[in-house]
Amino acid sequence: MTKINFLKPDKSNLNTFLYLGSFLFFFSVLDVSLNSFFSLNLTGFLPGFLSFLLPLILGFVGLYFIRIELSGIKQLDLLNKHINTNNFNAILSLLIIFIILKSIPPILSWFFVDASFAGDSKDVCTGSGACWTYIKVWMRRFMYGMYPNGEQWRINLSFIALALLGSVGYFATDRFKKYLTLYYVVIYPFIAFLFIFFFISGGPVFFDFSYGIIAAILSIIIGFFIPSKFKFYYFLIVPLALYILLKYFIFYEELIELGKLDGLNWVETGAWGGLSLTFIISFFCLIFCFPIGMAFALGRRSGFPLIRYISIGFIEFWRGVPLITVLFMSAVMFPMFLPADFFIDKLVRCIIAISLFEAAYVAEVIRGGLQALPRGQYEAAKSLGMGYWRMHIFVILPQALKLVIPGIANTFLALVKDTPLIFVVGLLEIVGMLNLAKTNPEWLGFAMEGYVFAAIIFWIICYAMSKYSYNLEQKYKTDR
Amino acid sequence: MNFKLKDIGPQLMTVIAVVLVFGFFTYNAQVNMESRGIDFGYGFLSQESSFDVQFSLIEYDGSHSYFRAYLVGLLNTILVSVIGIIFATILGVIVGIARLSPNYLINKFAAFYVEFFRNIPLLLQIFFWYFAALRALPLPQDADAIFGIAFLTIKGLYVPAFIWQNFNIFFYSIVAAIIAIIVIRIQAKKLQETQGKQTPVLLISIGLILILPLISFLIGGVRLSFEVPVLKQLATTSFIYEGGVSLPPELIALALSLSLYTATFIAECVRAGIQGVGKGQKEAAASIGLTQNQVLKLVVMPQALRIIIPPTTNQYLNLTKNSSLAAAIAYPDLVLVFAGTALMQTGKAIEIVSITMFTYLSLSISISILMNWYNKKIAITEK
Repeated sequence: MTKINFLKPDKSNLNTFLYLGSFLFFFSVLDVSLNSFFSLNLTGFLPGFLSFLLPLILGFVGLYFIRIELSGIKQLDLLNKHINTNNFNAILSLLIIFIILKSIPPILSWFFVDASFAGDSKDVCTGSGACWTYIKVWMRRFMYGMYPNGEQWRINLSFIALALLGSVGYFATDRFKKYLTLYYVVIYPFIAFLFIFFFISGGPVFFDFSYGIIAAILSIIIGFFIPSKFKFYYFLIVPLALYILLKYFIFYEELIELGKLDGLNWVETGAWGGLSLTFIISFFCLIFCFPIGMAFALGRRSGFPLIRYISIGFIEFWRGVPLITVLFMSAVMFPMFLPADFFIDKLVRCIIAISLFEAAYVAEVIRGGLQALPRGQYEAAKSLGMGYWRMHIFVILPQALKLVIPGIANTFLALVKDTPLIFVVGLLEIVGMLNLAKTNPEWLGFAMEGYVFAAIIFWIICYAMSKYSYNLEQKYKTDR
Repeated sequence: MNFKLKDIGPQLMTVIAVVLVFGFFTYNAQVNMESRGIDFGYGFLSQESSFDVQFSLIEYDGSHSYFRAYLVGLLNTILVSVIGIIFATILGVIVGIARLSPNYLINKFAAFYVEFFRNIPLLLQIFFWYFAALRALPLPQDADAIFGIAFLTIKGLYVPAFIWQNFNIFFYSIVAAIIAIIVIRIQAKKLQETQGKQTPVLLISIGLILILPLISFLIGGVRLSFEVPVLKQLATTSFIYEGGVSLPPELIALALSLSLYTATFIAECVRAGIQGVGKGQKEAAASIGLTQNQVLKLVVMPQALRIIIPPTTNQYLNLTKNSSLAAAIAYPDLVLVFAGTALMQTGKAIEIVSITMFTYLSLSISISILMNWYNKKIAITEK
């Protein structure tokens, strides 16, 4: 039998070291997992400190033994390459494995095993685990805020309708593809606004909603007969003009009386809340902040010094102050700046404030894209005789926006994550509702469940958005 | 005169629009304030504030002025921002380096951390730590001592206080050590440039910064003692720790969530910076015989820092601005003390909100000026 040099594992004694090393390694993992899953301590006979450290030491020695370069066994080489390159890495790997093993049982038991799902009162929550009953009972409040239970189908219906209208882009044939930008930039936000304002808000103005729909449909139908040269201006002006025409000149009082739908109660914005409010605010801020930000990005790069300085002032001001003070301003200071009889709903004030705030960030991101474009692009466009607007719309912005997709996605993510701040003006979206539910005397002591629930929802939304932006980035990537 | 309507027109229109909007707002503000009988002015700053603040770094009670209340809030904001920045930087750098580790487990662990904390709203994290996690801590009478001197309880963290004698001598010794180190560094650089001699600057620096204060202890008459917090019974069930320094749970929750949240962004900046240094640079450095550490210190880090610093500055700014979320958990920062309580009491909305915004604006601008200066200092000077 050849002599085994324990201090230097090598290929000549591959099998000995492999068996010995993997035995030690698996023994240490087994020890820790038995310890955490069944609270069995294999090494309990040892003095306290040693028993605590033994798995680490054994695992370390085991990993040291199996660290054999070019062993010829594929799995072993992979293992060594990935978690076992040197002593330091081996210890870190072991620690992470142990931490994961140790933390799985308490997390599992809190989430599932000891948690209570059934019932609809606090009494069922006696276990040591989470009380998902609390979430179940409060679900409607977390989703819709104080919106009356009987009316919540209006929110659902609006969201489903808007989601369907929003997915039009995927089904559009080539013939309609060129109108998509127009649709998403002008018509879709307009329809969404009508839905939210007249349908979710409801009330006597419901007929206006149908004016809006009629105006939109009419203008789209007529739009096919308009020469493409004027189409942009047409869709910019005509739908709104048709709407005003319908509302103030054609349909008169008696017709309004005829067409008015009863039964949609007016729900004031103070009662809106929960996750639906998060969506509403994010949606509108997202729509508004993009064009404003684009305008200021162009303004900051403008050749006119006055416009440039105004844009710089705007951007730096909003970027320098925290959102919470902006919302404070919209709540306590802004009404002072308006005529006494002029009232703006606080939700609208909030949306304006957040849009202006995020617009400054969007402006900086877009400016980055504009600066990254080589000067040749500008010069080429100018040499074709394009003016400022043509050059930007057809040559510069499409390329610049493509470049800054990740940055814009990050800004939008920040926007979604900033929506909980509207608690400052007294609007309660999901986090605000959680805080309200937490203080309900019948449901005290379930703060953890609520926050975990909201964290999971936000995490899913944000993670999905970031993955989507990554996909977009890959899709529109063009090599230079 | 080269007068062009094409150039002047758009500018004039923009300026007129801006002036009109501002004029409209000012006019309305004047009308509104007149009708409500509010006068505009900053005189209230010297009036007595008559409200108390729970946690303050400077001496403060209700008899002090509103201006002092403002200072209290500002100092608290700066305190939590500085703590947050320090911890976020340490954590962010570690995680950022860990994300580049060849070790699969460490790599994934760091990635998991970043993806997890980055995608949850900061406010939710603050609420989680404050209302859920820290509420699970033991009561003062049940708390176990950490290393026998500090106590982490539901009422906050109690740590020993330093009690100095002749603190100024100790302070001067540290200043002297720092000046000496700077002089030695300059000399060492000169030596290396002229004669190619290497001096162990790091060792000398460590020695100086340890030995000079030590001397001040031995012969300067500096004494340091600790005041360990002691449990004291107020009533049958009410206990409190006396002595030492107490950090309120609001501060802990805020600093914890701010640093955990911002660290994810800093980690990404660090990762991008290190990845941004070309592979050829490392190989070139290795090929001229530099050791692994020298490659890192002399070649990789100086280049990586140039990429890392600008976005990291932005994150520091964000952290400072995000610290205003303190208002949500009643940590007495600038927003809560000044734009909250003081505003309620005086009703001076325009003045107070404008002062608050201006303060944040100047904080942001000063950090960015500082960082721009540093950035310029280490930037590559192209010939």
